[in-house]
Amino acid sequence: MAESRIAHQEILLPVRAGFIALSLIAALLLNLLPWSGAWLWIKPDFVALAVLYWCIEQPRKVGFVSAWMMGLIMDVADGTLFGQHALAYSILAFAGIVLHRRVRMFSGTPQVLHVVLLLLMNDLIVLAIRLMAGADFPGLQYFIGSFVAAALWLPLGALLRLPQRPRLDPDRV
Amino acid sequence: MEYSPPPFFKTGPSPLARLLIFSALSLAFLVADNRFNYLASLRQVAAVVVYPLQRVAAAPASIVRRIGDFFTTHGSLREDNARLAREGYENAALLLQLNALQAENAQLRELLDARQRLGIELAAAEVLYAARDPFTRKVVIDRGSQHDVRAGQPVVDNHGLVGQVTRAYPWLAEVTLVTDKGQFVPVQNVRNGLRAVLSGTGSDGALELRFIPLNADFQSGDELVTSGIDGVYPPGLPVARVTNVERRADQIFARITGAPLGGVANHTHVLIVTGSRELPPRPAEEQKQARGKKPRKS
Repeated sequence: MAESRIAHQEILLPVRAGFIALSLIAALLLNLLPWSGAWLWIKPDFVALAVLYWCIEQPRKVGFVSAWMMGLIMDVADGTLFGQHALAYSILAFAGIVLHRRVRMFSGTPQVLHVVLLLLMNDLIVLAIRLMAGADFPGLQYFIGSFVAAALWLPLGALLRLPQRPRLDPDRV
Repeated sequence: MEYSPPPFFKTGPSPLARLLIFSALSLAFLVADNRFNYLASLRQVAAVVVYPLQRVAAAPASIVRRIGDFFTTHGSLREDNARLAREGYENAALLLQLNALQAENAQLRELLDARQRLGIELAAAEVLYAARDPFTRKVVIDRGSQHDVRAGQPVVDNHGLVGQVTRAYPWLAEVTLVTDKGQFVPVQNVRNGLRAVLSGTGSDGALELRFIPLNADFQSGDELVTSGIDGVYPPGLPVARVTNVERRADQIFARITGAPLGGVANHTHVLIVTGSRELPPRPAEEQKQARGKKPRKS
């Protein structure tokens, strides 16, 4: 039982910096799509998801600087308080970097459970900042996005690992 | 002998130290931007960086919309055409009256030696997307300071007031809708000329008149238009219709809610009111100071 829970670590090629940048920009684009109405509640924060993924997988390549910059860009694009996403993503990056060995030990559902807690923490930080700035609590549907994001964690991980798969050489036995 | 880790293990400051640095920086940004408005220029720079991405992200939706426009059916086009022709006739009759009335009004104002009412100028803009911030009600439009859009300009649609430009970037602008919790509009009741301040509630389709005494003459169905006394909104723009008036004896103020007349939640095009009004100069500040000083002296 215990064995099946531990992730089987694949041997992967080193990830290219360009690919990380590309995935972050793609996440930003997904966030910037004109979501509206009920979709806005369901919409996962793709940037938070991508930042967390790379902080857990590549803590030496992606860290605070990129998380913080992405946060500032999100603040400008959403017209929110300048620095709220930056603060939330910095703390998310910290949690990802500190916990990366632990999270990578798990596979499947236990890993997703870790991720959903981290994403909810990200939401709570933004919520705390806005409540301090005088906004109203928007309702519990505010947290739906994080659960949707956590559900996307495993497919996203598989997708982002694809380019690092070593190519099978048919000539070699 | 000194033992230092080999360069391979040197990774700079610890995560905790980095977290503290970046958190402090973020908090400094939060305070500097929201309390003191110091970082407006940095925001502009970041906005220019994000602009291409925003346009790319908004492209699919507008393409889908255009394809939808292309495949409109013959029937709906004919219906639209008939409706527009009818509206054109109806409006033409009103316009004839309006021209006569405007001329008459100008004459009367001249007789009274009153200030001429300036006509309002409108510039069309397309709504790119609704800002994805669950705490506010904002939309982003495709006109910015390069098209002479300035923060503070009112935004209307063909039914009434939609909101106000609150931030202008070079090619984009943020419009805070009247339903935003922090958005206030000075209004006037069309029926009896009572002035009040209308504020949003943070939820779509609900506005609130605050601090209205219990005996004030507001009824369900009253139309509220901008009063124009703030110098921001031109007078006479339709804003809202009163939907519910609740008077309870145990409260000081009546609870009056209304629904916005402008299509606040469902629009693709809006108009920005660009014409600026000449206002009489504000009363001198000296009076204010004198009033403030009096109690101290006595």
